Amino acid sequence: MAVTERTLTVGETAGAILCGAFALAAVIIAGLTHHAGYSFHMLVFAAAGAWGCFTIINRAFDGVGGIEPLEIDGKPNYNMAPVKFATVAAMFWGIAGFTVGLLIALQLAFPAFNLDLPWTNFGRMRPLHTSAVIFAFGGNVLLATSFYVVQKTSRARLAGNLSPWFVVLGYNLFIVIAGTGYLLGITQGKEYAEPEWYADLFLTIVWVTYLLVFLATLWRRKEPHIYVANWFYLGFIVTIAVLHLGNNAAIPVSILSPKSYIVWSGVQDAMFQWWYGHNAVGFFLTAGFLAIMYYFVPKRAERPVYSYRLSIVHFWSLIFLYIWAGPHHLHYTALPDWAQTLGMTFSIMLWMPSWGGMINGMLTLAGAWDKLRTDPVLRMMVVSLAFYGMSTFEGPLMSIKAVNSLSHYTDWTIGHVHSGALGWVGYISFGAIYCLVPWLWKKERLYSLKMVEWHFWVSTIGIVLYISAMWVSGIMQGLMWRAYTSLGFLEYSFVETTAAMHPYYVIRAMGGGLFLAGALIMAFNLWMTVRGHQRLEELQVGSPTIVPAE
Amino acid sequence: MASMYAYLAGIAQSVGLVYFVAMFLLAVAYALWPSNRTRFERAAQTPLNED
Repeated sequence: MAVTERTLTVGETAGAILCGAFALAAVIIAGLTHHAGYSFHMLVFAAAGAWGCFTIINRAFDGVGGIEPLEIDGKPNYNMAPVKFATVAAMFWGIAGFTVGLLIALQLAFPAFNLDLPWTNFGRMRPLHTSAVIFAFGGNVLLATSFYVVQKTSRARLAGNLSPWFVVLGYNLFIVIAGTGYLLGITQGKEYAEPEWYADLFLTIVWVTYLLVFLATLWRRKEPHIYVANWFYLGFIVTIAVLHLGNNAAIPVSILSPKSYIVWSGVQDAMFQWWYGHNAVGFFLTAGFLAIMYYFVPKRAERPVYSYRLSIVHFWSLIFLYIWAGPHHLHYTALPDWAQTLGMTFSIMLWMPSWGGMINGMLTLAGAWDKLRTDPVLRMMVVSLAFYGMSTFEGPLMSIKAVNSLSHYTDWTIGHVHSGALGWVGYISFGAIYCLVPWLWKKERLYSLKMVEWHFWVSTIGIVLYISAMWVSGIMQGLMWRAYTSLGFLEYSFVETTAAMHPYYVIRAMGGGLFLAGALIMAFNLWMTVRGHQRLEELQVGSPTIVPAE
Repeated sequence: MASMYAYLAGIAQSVGLVYFVAMFLLAVAYALWPSNRTRFERAAQTPLNED
């Protein structure tokens, strides 16, 4: 095979130099630091930088890559390779994150699963689970779908040559650094913002590149109007950048140390943390996945969105309200009362846009309700909207101070979060991936729709077990904490509440196991789809057959 | 420090409040403006007519 060398483009030259310089700096820090875990992370950075530098140059020597045409035969020349990578990464991290979730559920029920090792105790595994499912699984789903949707709805090729690759690979490198850091005990101890300063700085560069690639692709669009899904993606990308910078304003002890100190102090720090924490829910787990809804539900149902006007009102009301809801995480704390009330009030108002959006998604199926019976992928997405409606009703309820005094610090919160995470974020993501894989790998259909049915039912039973166990456990726990005897003493010791919760912890672990089993069925189904197999099945499950009139 | 707090809180509770409400009303007006109807109806079809 004839190999035609080509010269490096300007961007590739810059990319190779930056990767090489990054690798060199990381090697120097790795050699000078006395912290073993930090040294390991710098070596991972160095290996990634060296690989990046080598790969960029090697591609040019092999004559591959380079500047691709924006259009071929008058049609956009879509760049789907980074989308494929992020889709596979999402499935990989999803299964990893669900497995760790099952493990920590078992640790709570049976402490022996902590294995008596520092690296595997609950305190280190729990952020590994939350980061793996939210940022690794959810993040890759958002990267994949946003790069797909922005290209398709703009009818334009993704901007940049190396930049989209830097975004997906850099983001996953950040995930590796963050996850291994938790196991090694490197954390800044802020919930959902555990990674230390150097990982945060690296993510900032990746995220700004993500924003620029997204904006530059929109800039190229052929359509005069920016489709609403892109507004939600843009809201998600911009807000996450602001939240990340605000909550990680930390000063490292030294460039040779992984440890840093946040510049905010006391209650201001707590407020920043939950402004960040709640909007990670609002803009990462909500706005981003609503963007998925606004593209994939109409596409799969083959119906335009029920009301485009409602979608615009939905977007702006979500943006204007969500950002103020954070203080509801700090009820009855040192945070001033007015701020607590503000958080509660905005949380209650959020119920309106949330349900407006849910109704908009559901009614998109108007005239196509029969597809719920015949298409398990669409059913998954619609059930995800039902869970969205349920958890966005429950959230405002729990933000009311009187309710929060019972629910806060109990398993009710865990149940609430998982009805949103498993039901809404999980199912809309699964639905989107089931759509994406045949489109991306140019297959006529999925390997098996029956297996999607199995995935749907197995994991739905899992979710129901999970959330109902946590509701019962959480409310019981809250009531036991506040029970007094006739003499005014607390009726239960803490360990008595823990013992009472044991059966529910076992049920929760079973639910998590079923959810993981469903994801494994999905992974097999997708693998067979990509390999080009099609399982012989009745075309549509339970499709009516035409019989002659009598 | 206390006066700085009072000053910023005063801005937030007056100018800030009016500004945000006005911006939101502008967004709603944009969504409901009758002459935008055709543009939105076309936009709603975006995912359905692709290459």
